[in-house]
Amino acid sequence: MLARRIIPCLDIKDGRVVKGVNFVGLRDAGDPVEVARRYNEQGADELCFLDITASVERRGLLFDLIERVSAEVFIPLTVGGGVKTADDLRPLLNAGADKVSINTAGVNDPSIFDQAAHFYGSQCVVAAIDAKQTRPGFFEVFIHGGRTPTGKDAIAWAREVEARGAGEILLTSMDRDGAKTGYDLALTRAVADAVSIPVIASGGVGTLDHLVEGITMGGADAVLAASIFHYDQHTIGEAKAALAAAGVPVRMTG
Amino acid sequence: MPVIAIVDYGMGNLRSVAKALAHVAPAQRVVITTSAAEIEAADRVVLPGQAAMPESMAALERSGLRAAIERAFREKPFFGVCLGMQMLLERSEEGATPALGLYPGRVRRFARELRDRSGHVLKVPHMGWNAVRQTRTHPCWQGVADGAAFYFAHSYYCAPEEADLVAGTADYPNPIPVALACANVFAVQFHPEKSAEAGLRVLANFAHWDGRL
Repeated sequence: MLARRIIPCLDIKDGRVVKGVNFVGLRDAGDPVEVARRYNEQGADELCFLDITASVERRGLLFDLIERVSAEVFIPLTVGGGVKTADDLRPLLNAGADKVSINTAGVNDPSIFDQAAHFYGSQCVVAAIDAKQTRPGFFEVFIHGGRTPTGKDAIAWAREVEARGAGEILLTSMDRDGAKTGYDLALTRAVADAVSIPVIASGGVGTLDHLVEGITMGGADAVLAASIFHYDQHTIGEAKAALAAAGVPVRMTG
Repeated sequence: MPVIAIVDYGMGNLRSVAKALAHVAPAQRVVITTSAAEIEAADRVVLPGQAAMPESMAALERSGLRAAIERAFREKPFFGVCLGMQMLLERSEEGATPALGLYPGRVRRFARELRDRSGHVLKVPHMGWNAVRQTRTHPCWQGVADGAAFYFAHSYYCAPEEADLVAGTADYPNPIPVALACANVFAVQFHPEKSAEAGLRVLANFAHWDGRL
């Protein structure tokens, strides 16, 4: 049986792991290679790196980081941030990324999903969707790291990226990100039910119960979290034990 | 120093396989190669792959390495990974692409609207960690627990005509062949280079396999 995945997320800025609330007030959370190694030893199923480095000159740090992580951590690596065209996938994949997430560029030019899936296969194309409830019952897609509203309906957008060849959706609730009050389960469930590709729930985890809810109530195929793991509030092993206790199939290690 | 050649037919991302092999076989030379001569001279050959089948087969034909790959397939320890396993069959439903045709059978897409026992729609791609049942013993399975989880990321699966070829299956929701073995050839649908300890063990086994059963 396919296990549900636990994915620690590392926000990367200038080659360091950072964490903030609602994408602002960033705090340093460590060296990416060390953090990746620790999560791998704890049994993480996959790692997600989102690069929020602003300057083009410092983007090279990301490739170096992926190279170093993939030389010693043998689990899947998803990398996102700053992808502008389908051509941008190849250097990331060559550096050691297994999947590349596309966010703003996909909204600006949705054909990037078609092109990326055509050349590299759907299995490595992740559509990152940042959504916020802007009026009752309407989840709106935001881009530019959550700063720019698009007017797009997140559920319709999820269907479109699937049709264009994305192999997975990384769904982040802007309302919940950093708030530690749990995933936006209504949003997660709506998207998970709308598409037949895997959905990763993101944004809002403050307790292990939130991870369980993301799967049992939100219908997510994988759950992503950052701060509860970064600041040693919980280990991946504790998270897996909580999922297993709730009857969710997980990959047990060690 | 024995050489493991990873065939580079131009679709990229072979580094992960190379890094994992170098990690488990430090006393061997792991090369990523576009050279037929280097494939012929190698002690072991790996045919990787994780992109789309039509582009990959086209790239493989352009590379001029087909003959060298087929000779290695017949003559020395040979390991196919993911698309490198699918290519061994006759054709793929992905873009109706003719493949290498070294084994009879087809590569098929998972049916849409598949459901598990509790009625949930199964997502495609089949992505994540799934338990692999070893349907027979093989030197490449040595030290790997039957039922160990491996990482998968694929929308198409191998349907070989000869059941004897199958060395492992995974349930999604029905059993699908995820490992093929015959003579000096072992091929897997999962990504051993991304499957933590279990995957590294399979790679280590291959790196030390003499190609005999």
